[in-house]
Amino acid sequence: MRSLFSFLNRENKRSEIRHSDFAFVFFLRSIASLIIIVLIFLLLYLWNGSLPILKITGFKFFTDSNWDPTADQYGALPFIYGTLLTAVVALLIATPIAVSTALFLTEIASKKIAKPFGFLIEMLSTIPSVVYGLWGIFVLAPFVKIYIQPLFNNYLGFIPFFKGPPFGIGIFSASLILAVMILPTITAVCREVFLSIPTTLREGVYALGSTRWEMIKTAVLEAGFSGILAAIALGFGRAMGETMAVTMLIGNRADIAFSLFAPGATMASVIANESPEATSMLHVSSLSAIGLTLFIVSLAVSGISRLITQLTKRRLSK
Amino acid sequence: MIRILTSLVAFLSATSLYAAVAINGSGSTFAEPIYTKWFSDYQKKHANAQFNYQGVGSGAGMKQLLEGTVDFAGSDDPMKAEDAAKAKEQVLHIPIAMGAVVVSYNAPIQGALKLTGPVLAKIFDGRITKWNDPELVKLNPKATLPDLAIVVATRSDSSGTTAVFTEYLSKVSPEWTGKNGKTVKWFTGSLGAKGNAGVAGLIKQNAGTIGYVELVYAKENNLPFALIENKKGEFIEASNKSVSTAAEGVKKEAIENNFKISLTDSAQKGAYPISSFTWMLVFEKMPKDKGAEIVNFAKWALGEEAQKTAGSINYSPVPKEIRAEALKAVGKIKLQ
Amino acid sequence: MSSLNSALHSTLRKRRFKNNLMTFVIYLFSLIAIIPLFLVFFHIIKNGSSSLNLDFFTQLPAPVGEPDGGMANSIVGSLILISLASIIAVPLGILAGLYLSEYTEDYFASALRWTVDLLMSIPSIVVGLFVYTSIVVPLKSFSALAGSIALSILMLPIVAKTTEEVLKLTPTHIREAGLALGLSRWRVILFVVLRGKSSAVLTGVVLALGRVAGETAPLLVTAFGNRNWPQSIFQPTPSLPVQIYNYAISPYENWHRQAWAGALTLVTLIFVINILTRLIFSKDGLDKNQS
Repeated sequence: MRSLFSFLNRENKRSEIRHSDFAFVFFLRSIASLIIIVLIFLLLYLWNGSLPILKITGFKFFTDSNWDPTADQYGALPFIYGTLLTAVVALLIATPIAVSTALFLTEIASKKIAKPFGFLIEMLSTIPSVVYGLWGIFVLAPFVKIYIQPLFNNYLGFIPFFKGPPFGIGIFSASLILAVMILPTITAVCREVFLSIPTTLREGVYALGSTRWEMIKTAVLEAGFSGILAAIALGFGRAMGETMAVTMLIGNRADIAFSLFAPGATMASVIANESPEATSMLHVSSLSAIGLTLFIVSLAVSGISRLITQLTKRRLSK
Repeated sequence: MIRILTSLVAFLSATSLYAAVAINGSGSTFAEPIYTKWFSDYQKKHANAQFNYQGVGSGAGMKQLLEGTVDFAGSDDPMKAEDAAKAKEQVLHIPIAMGAVVVSYNAPIQGALKLTGPVLAKIFDGRITKWNDPELVKLNPKATLPDLAIVVATRSDSSGTTAVFTEYLSKVSPEWTGKNGKTVKWFTGSLGAKGNAGVAGLIKQNAGTIGYVELVYAKENNLPFALIENKKGEFIEASNKSVSTAAEGVKKEAIENNFKISLTDSAQKGAYPISSFTWMLVFEKMPKDKGAEIVNFAKWALGEEAQKTAGSINYSPVPKEIRAEALKAVGKIKLQ
Repeated sequence: MSSLNSALHSTLRKRRFKNNLMTFVIYLFSLIAIIPLFLVFFHIIKNGSSSLNLDFFTQLPAPVGEPDGGMANSIVGSLILISLASIIAVPLGILAGLYLSEYTEDYFASALRWTVDLLMSIPSIVVGLFVYTSIVVPLKSFSALAGSIALSILMLPIVAKTTEEVLKLTPTHIREAGLALGLSRWRVILFVVLRGKSSAVLTGVVLALGRVAGETAPLLVTAFGNRNWPQSIFQPTPSLPVQIYNYAISPYENWHRQAWAGALTLVTLIFVINILTRLIFSKDGLDKNQS
């Protein structure tokens, strides 16, 4: 691709200046500036909004677990806890299934099956969050309440993590729906990673007399390990930012309870729930601070995942 | 394609000039049913005004009124002094209907549950955790209370209903004093839902749940609700009559406080102890076109016909004497 | 010799067993992966189709607690919001993507690339609140305009990114051929490069549309909701996802059924959009998953 500078040089040689090209670049640059300005305003809005509460509490904002709008006291720990817990549980459930599905699509399935199967998984990712929430409230939560929670209560109830009366809604149901929602993301990235592993590696392992599973273990999974990590990071990012389905299933309690079946709240859900009604300046500021935190963490996670993907692709193509 | 889209936009912008006056309100989920019914009836006769109301909770409604993004707010809790001070104009609280906050439940019980104030406070504090707790059995000897855990459903959003309910609790239980308001820090293990609708849904879907909702929502969903002991020691069922009784004899107090009075724990005989007004909050100075429509609607809503409609869908009409005073106050609204 | 043979044999059996076991696990997990999809579709179709009648598509919502009523205004509102958002985001997004791919060396381009990546990571509710503070409050009204702007901020990075990726795939000799013919650079970009990849670019647009059609959280604080027909873009506007949400958390059976019907409508709409994407894809012979 020509650089603008060399292009200009050529033009000078012909002593003909393409005004239209200048105008075009100027036009494009102004559009770019517009977009950049919108982002700057957005960041300023988040930053300015967060300052009032952070000036008062400082870093303790993130470690204090008392969220009490009535007393104008704000500690964001319950939401950080809720976000991390739901995301981690969702990942624990989704990752094995996603990796298996990706393996199925790349190593086992014939082209005839892989195409429609992959299509179906992608269709999962197009369903809007609110529809998942709707399904979650009326199908998943009752199912969890009637079948799964009593199971846990009866056999594993001595572990405080699984205690609690069966509400149906709560951290577990929210995590479950998140698992369904991040499954296509993780599957897609893993599939890309597995496809980019050179066939020669696979053939080499087969040549040593391995079974298909041994080949998968040594050639695909080990080689693609960092790619799987990248996929997990991406899924993690997506799980943290989910708003609607989580809000509808998590029970909306700004508390840290140790049971998986207790209600809770995430950073996204508290922003969605309390922003329309926050009147005190500190309340509004706290919600902005949580928004800023969520943004920064999502950014960090997606940055890490992209870094890993790039490094993996570069390593494998050698 | 672009041409179609731009002409659509142009059309829409143009129609905004000729459309009926659009008036937006938001707030109390308790009042949402009556507002939507009233608008539907009112607009049949007055086509030049179009009303839109969204039930987002009293807190959100008041915030939006203060920010100017809605034209009126519905609230079951009077605006706090410090919030009202932020407003550029005075906020008028028009009492348009009355309601009861009932304690609804989902449990296999014979007959209606009887509760006293202090016991209620203990349930919602997490101190009574089972349906067959001795204190509950004492109040309800004939009802076979099940050995089931009590799941407490509360509001997760800023709610006038919560304000009324917790204000009552703070009057009857020393442990609750000072812990009342539109948002309350409920005990760990209670569930939170959005709107009266959300709480009603929680109760309906989970056996063993108990929660507080406006009477309208309990009746609409065929949920049983408890008889609460009032100040006179009677166990009262919430009804149009028992709620109206709570507002008897308060005319003087109402006028003194610009209608912002509490009706909880009324000393009247036969009064339901957790009753309240629901108010329509408007600014005392409004722009002419929207203000005129709002004033007309408010006057209509305080009239016989509208109040009767309210009564027919499980709201209690505002007593005549208070309505007359409210009409006077509405008449004083300045339109510029 | 025979002991070595049998030793080999037994390990071989163990390895074969492990292979079969893991293959079974992979099959099982893959099946588990698509079960939610089928369940969700099953329930949406089962519960939604029973309430899909003419009323649903033509009526306004009935007063609270009354039977019947429909979501017609929400469907129209959603279409308005998506159209407006596209008017803003599509031209800007394509031009931004174009700029990123054709003028990579330009100093602005790296700044724009960072910006687009940042915009992609912003949670949608945060975008909604930003638009609330900067547009809804000053204009003193919830509006379709505010809602569309929020949606366009969410759409733009997707359109820009896909446009950039797709245009980058044009081989350099195509551009050089255009320039060699004496076309000015902007003509080459618009009429040769962009036109050549127009279906792929449109695919990106359509994908972004599909994603934004289901957005709820930002609309809750920008377009708000309205029980009447949308009559002005400066007034609160109903939308399908918001209405589904409001009905889902309500206690009324009638509204629950309508929520399912709304979900069916929404998912069908998005599904159709995605199928169209696939058809346009095959024209270009470009499978995104393999690029």
